[in-house]
Amino acid sequence: MSAIQQERETIQPSLRADRSHGGWLASLLLAAAWLALPSIGVAAEGTGAGPTEYRDIPYIGSRNLVWIVAQLHLLLAGFVLGVPIFAWLCEVIAWRGGEKRYDKLAKEFTKLLTSAYATTALFGGILLFLLVAFYPKLMNYLTDVFFPSFLLYCLLFLLETATLYLYWYGWDAMQHGRKKTLHVFLGFLLNFFALFIMIVPNAWATFQSSPVVISEGTAFERAWAATWNPTWWPINIHRLIANVVLGGYICGAYAGVRYLSVKSQEDREHYDWMGYVGNFIGVFGLLALPFAGYWLMREIYQYNQQMGITLMGGFLSWLFIIQAMLIGVLFLGSNYYFWLGITYRIPGSEAKYRKAMLWMLISLLFCLAVWMTPHSLVASIEEAQKMGGAHHPLLGVLGVMSAKMTVSNLMILITFMSFVMYWRAGKQDTAGWAKLGKAVMGAILVLASIAVIVLGVWGYFVPAIVRINYFSTSQVLIVIFVILTITPLTALLLKSAKTTTEMVWGSMPPRAGYSLVLNAVMVILLMTLMGYARSSSRVHWHVYGVMRDTSPYAYSPALGSASLIMAFCTFFFCILVAFIFWVATMGDKYKAAGGTGKGELPHGIPAMAGGAPDENQKG
Amino acid sequence: MGALGKPIILMVAMYVFLKFVLPYIPGSAPLPSSLIFLYLILTASGIVIYETLSGESKDAFWGPIQRFLTGENIGGLQALRYGVLILFPLLVGWQTYGSTATSDLPPTESRTIHPAPPGEYTGLVNPVPKTPENIMQGKGFYAAFCSPCHGGNFDGKGPAARGFIPAPANFADPTTIAMLQESYLFWRIKKGGVGLPIEGAPWKSAMPRWELELPDEWIWKIIMGEYDGAHQSPRTWE
Repeated sequence: MSAIQQERETIQPSLRADRSHGGWLASLLLAAAWLALPSIGVAAEGTGAGPTEYRDIPYIGSRNLVWIVAQLHLLLAGFVLGVPIFAWLCEVIAWRGGEKRYDKLAKEFTKLLTSAYATTALFGGILLFLLVAFYPKLMNYLTDVFFPSFLLYCLLFLLETATLYLYWYGWDAMQHGRKKTLHVFLGFLLNFFALFIMIVPNAWATFQSSPVVISEGTAFERAWAATWNPTWWPINIHRLIANVVLGGYICGAYAGVRYLSVKSQEDREHYDWMGYVGNFIGVFGLLALPFAGYWLMREIYQYNQQMGITLMGGFLSWLFIIQAMLIGVLFLGSNYYFWLGITYRIPGSEAKYRKAMLWMLISLLFCLAVWMTPHSLVASIEEAQKMGGAHHPLLGVLGVMSAKMTVSNLMILITFMSFVMYWRAGKQDTAGWAKLGKAVMGAILVLASIAVIVLGVWGYFVPAIVRINYFSTSQVLIVIFVILTITPLTALLLKSAKTTTEMVWGSMPPRAGYSLVLNAVMVILLMTLMGYARSSSRVHWHVYGVMRDTSPYAYSPALGSASLIMAFCTFFFCILVAFIFWVATMGDKYKAAGGTGKGELPHGIPAMAGGAPDENQKG
Repeated sequence: MGALGKPIILMVAMYVFLKFVLPYIPGSAPLPSSLIFLYLILTASGIVIYETLSGESKDAFWGPIQRFLTGENIGGLQALRYGVLILFPLLVGWQTYGSTATSDLPPTESRTIHPAPPGEYTGLVNPVPKTPENIMQGKGFYAAFCSPCHGGNFDGKGPAARGFIPAPANFADPTTIAMLQESYLFWRIKKGGVGLPIEGAPWKSAMPRWELELPDEWIWKIIMGEYDGAHQSPRTWE
């Protein structure tokens, strides 16, 4: 109140003095004063008696602002750290195999990376300022624990930036001979530094959830103990894979959007292929992601039962039903894209594989139905009475981990087989052992599926520890075994196979592009969802069990209001990425327009507007 | 109807199965509408995915819908088109009204069954040795204090069970106590329904606060008796 009084005392005499200058000035000042009012709300708690512990900001609130900025920074960082992995792999494939189009693709990925890199750093800087301003006590504590790793992080950032500049700007100059080897080495270094740039801040975040605090020892020893906390490596692995998935799907979405808007057949072919590679990378990571997630949750449960139950059985457990839905859509979207590829890129294959696609689709939907069935159901009083509680007597068994693990493994197997089907389409085996090879692969697949289901059902009748430590692990190992057996066998078979139908790039329908965009949105939503889950699992602690949150925001936001922030972060991130990509490709578009002229393009209708090469060729 | 016929029949068949067949399978019960809706959405998604896999199937699937909604010279279907165009928004409006209007019915619940235990209860180890005598004694205590609700067969069907909504937990179900550590059961028995944390409300539990009547040792023995009687094992990490 005193601040308002003070403000009024300052503003009113000024207004009286300025009355002669006209009403507009008074209005302007009034407006400025009104806009300045929130500054009163930027209250500092703890003033007077001791050091400031928290600061707040009106309307949005400090917690929400930090949440949004942190989430955006994390999403951008995920993209920036994920893309170099497969950009570099593409470059290596081009370098060793001589396929120039992979080099072009790697360069295009890196172009997206350079423009996203600065924005990531910018959001990181904003986040740091906000944290220091809003949570000085916490930041002071974390600085005290992690000071040596702060310095290391700065050094890593310098090295990463320098390497990225050399990698990107030296691309054309280092194309041949030993220079190319040096360029590939730079790509390796880029990923090496990127890995550490990810795992160092992961230590800070995981320390907040599962702290290891030692009071004795040097600053380095204390920082090292805090870094090596129980959830550090599970998070590192989970994020590394998730970053590849995010990067793959975003690059896929970029290719999808470009595919929908480009006009020349050459561009269509290129972006169709790029979309395929993006989707493949996303799927490749997605296959491994549930394993990493399971390990992380297991470590959390083992570290603290309370936190584990809050996440998986308590009030956050509903998030995992939403997670199942999002992952399910992702699996469906990725498989749909593979199946469209078989139909449109390999003419004549549809009739051969349509039945298989139908069964795969039914199996995927069945698995998804199991995954999405909650243990405790949303039911009215009347419905709950009829069921005899919140659990359905028959379908309730689908709500626990044994069922979820089984269907997630089966969905991974189905998706893998979709890819194998796509790989084999349009080719005829000529090897003498082809029949035997296919029989062996079929047997492996069937036996593995049966084994996964049997272990899943058996899991209900053994102690939890047997299920977690042996059955679930065995299911994962079985799926890995299938992938590692069928992949080389298929590759061997296809080595001698005759191509009956050439792959036709650039012939996918517009919905293929849209499904790529859908996949990217699903991954972003998933990451925002899990960001909320991870932070909220700490409940009212800044550092779990060590430093309590004493701010007015020491409560977990309800799932409904949290979902609004998640949706906003997803939307804003998409806008941001669209802007970055627009800026990154501005030069190319200008060059393309100047080079040939829009009117001279052979097939002038973009795919989004219904243009397809076949139609144009017919015309 | 052409290619539209099969999807419509499939959707209707799925609804009939979920609503009128599945509940009558022995051991089953009627499904809540939220679950029926979820499964129908999945079925509809599957239909759309399958029907749009190729240009021909897409045209066969969307063609009749498009013609019905936008085509000219559709004859007698014209009236049906206007009917759909009027009724569909009304249906959406009715649904929206129904889900937001005040009602005398209690709201649909998304109840959290396993709230997180307080820190002081996590990691507690059962201090009572697992001997046959102690387990027998635990079963005796169970029979005296717990079985009226949770049942002599540990199946949640005690003589008093019918008086409670939700029904007492069925320990023989592998998705209940088998998922939990002994320390969790100790907390729930000791503190009862009134001791549940505020987060994740609304709580509905008639479980008595047994700490007022039973010593800790008896509670630990009851836990052993429950697991043994229900043929389940507690969750452990070793």
